Amino acid sequence: MSLESYSLRYALSVSLKRELLLAARQKSELFNPLLFFLVVVIFIPLGITPDKIFLAKLAPGMIWVFALLATLLSLESLFKADFEDGSLEQMLVSPLSLSWIVGVKVFCHWLLTGVPLTLLAPVLGIMLFLPADAYIGLMISLFIGTACLSLIGAIGAALTVSLRRGGLVLSLIVMPLYVPILIFGADTVNNLAQGLPYIFSLLILGVFFFLALLGAPFASAGALRISVTA
Amino acid sequence: MNWQWLHRFGSPKWFYEKTHLWVWGLGVLACGLIFVGAVWGLAFAPADAKQGNSYRIIYIHVPSAIVSMAGYYVMAIAGAIGLIWRTKLSFIVMRSAAPIGALLTFAALFTGAVWGKPTWGTFWVWDARITSMLILLFLYLGIIALQGAFQNQDAADRSAAWLAIVGMVNVPIIYKSVEWWNTLHQPATIKFTQKSTIDPSMLYPLIIMFFAFYLFYFWSLLRAVRVEILRRELKTQWVSDILKG
Repeated sequence: MSLESYSLRYALSVSLKRELLLAARQKSELFNPLLFFLVVVIFIPLGITPDKIFLAKLAPGMIWVFALLATLLSLESLFKADFEDGSLEQMLVSPLSLSWIVGVKVFCHWLLTGVPLTLLAPVLGIMLFLPADAYIGLMISLFIGTACLSLIGAIGAALTVSLRRGGLVLSLIVMPLYVPILIFGADTVNNLAQGLPYIFSLLILGVFFFLALLGAPFASAGALRISVTA
Repeated sequence: MNWQWLHRFGSPKWFYEKTHLWVWGLGVLACGLIFVGAVWGLAFAPADAKQGNSYRIIYIHVPSAIVSMAGYYVMAIAGAIGLIWRTKLSFIVMRSAAPIGALLTFAALFTGAVWGKPTWGTFWVWDARITSMLILLFLYLGIIALQGAFQNQDAADRSAAWLAIVGMVNVPIIYKSVEWWNTLHQPATIKFTQKSTIDPSMLYPLIIMFFAFYLFYFWSLLRAVRVEILRRELKTQWVSDILKG
């Protein structure tokens, strides 16, 4: 294929196909964060109280914190395999802008982590006695929020990809950056559970998403260049 | 136009040789001002009508809180300059600024807790400003952790600089979010009452302490930078000349 026939759409669809195929062949990496999300919930009744009213109060924040931790755990592998087998260097020298490739990778990460977490969240809601009104808000806020988590987390993953044991450092540097998303995500669900207006915090979450969408692929691409050339 | 003089600033050797006298000047000035401000604030300023003597900790608490926030920007901007112009010295400044900023943030949190116990009856409150300072401390610690994780000096510098810039973009967003969260979840029962209605006799030593802490910050930064320069240039001739005496 000649260089002229490279179109952005073609390149993006090829990278998307590649990412999904790789994910399909590494199923355990897909399921582990989800499994973590489900397993960690048993600590709450065992460690605090199985009381129904008390758990219902904790549920919105707890589910959000668990989703955040599950995303953190899944981030380390975002660029790892590509870094180790040299594909990342090929992506760096390809005519396609690295930000686009990062964007595709982050989209796949969200599709395979954020979306399943969103779909699983109602199960946790039942186990923690989340009030019935809050389910829709929980899912919408997680749907947008996990996209923000994947985007911002990609910066941390890109910065730590060349480290042999980067997972812990990755969590340390990304967690403070997750604070605004946790605040507004959990607030959406809390307000819904108490029958308060929730649309404001959901809109703020949407603003965060667009800001992260504009900034994070660029920042991750810059970080990857540092990691690969170092 | 001749830019030679500007480029020299990027050279660790030139910087080390030229700042020899600055260290003395800044040190004397910073310690002198801290002494004046502390003695005035702790011994001569009048006691607060409501809080008695415990309010006096603001002479340490408020300056360290403000300088620790400014220090984050010093660190991030130094990192950005290093990434753009690849000057050795900027990365050295960035690396030296991180622990100093983290220590000042910790000092602000610690003095706040010590003041909170007699005044609020508790060491810790999830107040917006306190929470923001805690997150700032974690941002500092994250940068220090990232720097420490790399074997390669150049990779450590550039990664930490990149993270500092990402953090700098996020700092206002984090602060606003925490502020919003706080007004929502906690009734404003606690306010810094003496802050807006502070008497001039209490204010003057506080202003002196502001200047003193800024000078102290730059003094500590300069000393840390000079040590870091020696550490990094250890293999060069001019450093071994200095070390031999």
